[in-house]
Amino acid sequence: MRKGLPPLAAFLVGNALWEALTHLLQVPLYLLPPPSRIAAALATHAAPLSRGALLTGQAAVSGFVLAATVGVAAGVLIASARWVERAVYPFTVLLQTVPLVAIAPLLVVWFGYGVRPVAVAAFIVSVFPVIVNTVTGLRSVDPPLEDLFRLYGASCWARLVKLRLPWALPAIFAGLKVAAGLAVIGAVVGEFVASYAGEDAGLGMLALTFARESHTDRLFAAVGLASLLGLALFVGVGAAARLALRHWHASEQERP
Amino acid sequence: MGAEAQAGGAQVELEGVRRVFPGGMVAVEEVTLTVAAGEFVAILGPSGCGKSTLLRLVAGLDLPQAGRVRVERAQGRVAYVFQDAHLLPWRNVLANVELPLELKGAPRGERRQAAQAALAQVGLGDALQRFPAQLSGGMRMRASLARALVTEPRLLLLDEPFAALDELTRSRLDEELYELWRRRRMTVLFVTHSLVEAAFLAQRVVVLSPRPARVVAEVGVALPEARTASLRTTVAFNQLVRRLAGVVREWGTP
Repeated sequence: MRKGLPPLAAFLVGNALWEALTHLLQVPLYLLPPPSRIAAALATHAAPLSRGALLTGQAAVSGFVLAATVGVAAGVLIASARWVERAVYPFTVLLQTVPLVAIAPLLVVWFGYGVRPVAVAAFIVSVFPVIVNTVTGLRSVDPPLEDLFRLYGASCWARLVKLRLPWALPAIFAGLKVAAGLAVIGAVVGEFVASYAGEDAGLGMLALTFARESHTDRLFAAVGLASLLGLALFVGVGAAARLALRHWHASEQERP
Repeated sequence: MGAEAQAGGAQVELEGVRRVFPGGMVAVEEVTLTVAAGEFVAILGPSGCGKSTLLRLVAGLDLPQAGRVRVERAQGRVAYVFQDAHLLPWRNVLANVELPLELKGAPRGERRQAAQAALAQVGLGDALQRFPAQLSGGMRMRASLARALVTEPRLLLLDEPFAALDELTRSRLDEELYELWRRRRMTVLFVTHSLVEAAFLAQRVVVLSPRPARVVAEVGVALPEARTASLRTTVAFNQLVRRLAGVVREWGTP
């Protein structure tokens, strides 16, 4: 409870300042609406915005889950042998550098409009940190423990499941936390191109529409919701990390 | 496997063993050494002299470029204790000690029982559910020792196991280890840079040179079979330590 107080206070003070300054300086509404207008827009457009948030959330979560699964699997594969790493790793880096906005139209060609291409866009931007962190985690396994498993004749599978993956877990979670925020960003950018308009518009498409119509207050409302989505996903991953690591990893232990 | 181990241990033979690391650094040079079944041998040498490499070669975790390493009558029961505890931090003490049996495919009930017995032996019988992060350094080392004992090893390899502990804990653990060996009579190779520890534990002390490791002296220990804390204050013990110190100085080890 007490931990939530400082950010809440900062939020309220920040909004109060924003509200006061926009009135005082008579900032035009299409440039920067005050928080009260944004709240009002949120209320009057609750239906399309909540529907949009649901769609974007769906796509982001699907993309994120896919990125977590594929990312960890790819990380395990890459860390399994040097030659695999040399063959595959450069291309995963390429994945990171490819401009999403430029390939979004390609996703439409492949997957049509709707949730699917958007989820794929979320996947593309969020998979990289998962791969990199998984590889780093698997690489950092304590050598004496590797020796111990070898000495007791552990199979490859036992080594992976009982030693390497648990050892890499803190790093994997760090990757997933980064991926959570990126997945929402990827989904919103994907929607700029690949979302349906109208009834089934996601937050990205709504934001684009509102911007064209110069409804800056609604635009802010859509952007705010998208940020909240990212935050929710991040908090979810954080809770999972705490649950998995609290007994044994310093990153999730209470400090006195 | 019952709680009481059958007597006897493995026999170890090293013959002209040489290990060179990539880059040309010679860690072990021409080491020839025979350890009889059930013998407790301390390997004494300065830090970084290649003692650990020697132990890894005996364990089969590393291969020599030249020479032969033969371990007989081990029946696959070789255990290794590292300088630090190296427990799995996500497992509690009991599950950590169960690990070797789990990897060998022992049924759940059997390995649980064996782990509890091993933990009782090292005095950790009431810390089964605790995680490594909640233990003191000494307790972690005890758990690590229990993990090695749980397979009822016929060859126990210890690589400066108590070096990171405080003096009091170390002496206590030395005494307990000695008692364990007296009861079980497994073959023990104990690597250390402590003269006192080597003298207290071993039947024979093998002194190694600075890198590359060579055997430069072997000192038989003629101390009574029963060794307790009070042994360390006896004249005979201190004479032995002084003699070891003399050997070590003579060969230029720090």
